[in-house]
Amino acid sequence: MNAREHTGHAPPDAREHPGPVLPDARERAVRVAERVRDPEMPMLTLADLGVLRGVEVEPGPDGEVVVASITPTYTGCPAMATMRDDLVHGLREAGFPRVEVRVVLDPPWSSDWISERGRAALRAAGLSVPGPARRTSGPVPLTLGPVRPAPACPRCGSRATRPTSEFGATACKALYACADCLEPFEHVKEI
Amino acid sequence: MSDDHESIFDGLAGGDSTQWAFGTDFEDPLAGVDTSVPEGVGSAELAAYCLMLGDDALILSQRLAEWCSRAPDLEEDIALANVALDLLGQARLLLARAAAADPGVAPALPEGSPVPPEDALAFFRDAGQFRNVWLAEVENGDFAHVVVRLLLFSTARLALLERLAASVDTVLAAVAAKGVKEVAYHRDWAGRWFLTLAQGTEESRRRLDAALGELWPLLAELVTAHPVELTLARSGVAVDPAALRADVDAVLGQVFAVSGVPRPGGEGEPGGGRDGGHTPAMTVLLADMQSVARAHPAGRW
Repeated sequence: MNAREHTGHAPPDAREHPGPVLPDARERAVRVAERVRDPEMPMLTLADLGVLRGVEVEPGPDGEVVVASITPTYTGCPAMATMRDDLVHGLREAGFPRVEVRVVLDPPWSSDWISERGRAALRAAGLSVPGPARRTSGPVPLTLGPVRPAPACPRCGSRATRPTSEFGATACKALYACADCLEPFEHVKEI
Repeated sequence: MSDDHESIFDGLAGGDSTQWAFGTDFEDPLAGVDTSVPEGVGSAELAAYCLMLGDDALILSQRLAEWCSRAPDLEEDIALANVALDLLGQARLLLARAAAADPGVAPALPEGSPVPPEDALAFFRDAGQFRNVWLAEVENGDFAHVVVRLLLFSTARLALLERLAASVDTVLAAVAAKGVKEVAYHRDWAGRWFLTLAQGTEESRRRLDAALGELWPLLAELVTAHPVELTLARSGVAVDPAALRADVDAVLGQVFAVSGVPRPGGEGEPGGGRDGGHTPAMTVLLADMQSVARAHPAGRW
C-alpha cells in the first residue's frame, strides 16, 4: 500500500506480515489486489481508499489460496459485493484461480485511512477531501451546527461554502454548494 | 433469478458470473469473522439480543425507505435513504450474527434454498417473531414525525452502541463501534431539523409538538431492560438499557433547551415488542416488505 496520512491508527499493511508460502506469489497477489478500483469512486483503488486490509497467500487442499481482506466504509455499503467480485475477478485473471475474500469489521474503517495518493485523486476528480476524523472519548457530542469547518471549494478554492446535506449520492459523501462559483460539490465525510 | 427457470441472459454470461457487476455466489456478510459464542454465554440469549437490535434497525429502515420520493426536497429524501441504508447494514450484520450464534432462530426454508440466514430472518418470520420496539414500527406521519422518531431512536441507539463497543462479544463490539460513527450523523440530522421546525413557523411548531406528543411515550421501550438484556449485561455481552437513561436525557435536554420546546411530562410503558407483541401496523409493514421474497422462496437475488 502507499504512504498514508497517519492521523490515526492505520490499517495493517499487507506487506508487514511474512507470507507463509512463496513470497513471490504473495508480492504479486498484493500488487494485483492493490490495482483494483473502488466501484463507486473509480478514481481510487481499494488500497488508496483504505478498505483493502490485507492480502495473504495460504496453502489449501487444491493449492494456494489468495485471501484478501476488505472492510466496509459504511456498514450498509452496497459496493462490498462488487468489491469482492472485482478482487476475485482481477486475481483470477492474474493467474490466481483460488481466491477467498474475507470481511474485517474491527477496527472500523476511518476516512483517515485514505492515502495521500487517494486524496490527490479525489481532488483531481473535483471532490473535497475529508479532514481528520472526529475522535472523542466518552459520549459523542451532539452537533446542532456545522459538523466541520467550511471546506474549500474544490473548483475555485473559495471558503464561502455551505453544506446542503450531510448525506449524498453514496454513504461516504456530504453535499456542499459554493457561494462564489455557485457550483455544488461533494465532500468525503470524516468518520 | 430462480434455479429452475432459464434466464435469457444465461448465454450472455458464458458461464463466467464474474463479468456481472454483482456476482451470484452466496455471500456471507460475516465471511472470515470469528462468530464463536463467548464462553459462559447462552447462544439462544445472544441470538435473541441480536434480533432485538437487528429488528429495531431493520424495521425502522423499512419505515424510512417508505419516505423515498416523498421527502420535502431532494436533499432530505437522500438523507433519509442514507440513514435507512446504514440501519439496513447494521440489521444485516446483527441478524447474521443471531443466526451464527443460534442457527435455530432462522426459519426453515425448503431444502436447497439459496436464501441466507439473515434474509430468512428478515423475510420469513411473522410479526410475533420480531423483537423490535414499537417506535421503529408505527406508521409514518408527516416530516416532523420522522424527525422526532429519528431523534428519539438515534439518541437511544447511539448511547447504546457507545457502550456496546466494549461488549465481550467481538462481533457485537465491532458492529457497535462502526455504528457509532453512522448513528452520530443520524442524530445530528434529526437534532438540526428538530431545531428548525421548533423555531420555524407556527405550523411547523404545531406539527413538531403533535409528533413529540405521539412518539414520546414510545421512548420508554428503548430504555427499559428486558430479562434477556439483564442476563447478557451481567456477562458483559449486552448493555442494560436503564444505563442509557442519563445520556439520553442529557442529549434530549440539550435539544429541548436550544429549541425552546418543553420536555414532555410522564413516561410511557414498554409496548411489548421485545417479546413479539406488536401494533397492527407491523403486520401491514411486513406484508409489504416480505411479499416478494415469500412469493419466491427459492429465489436468488
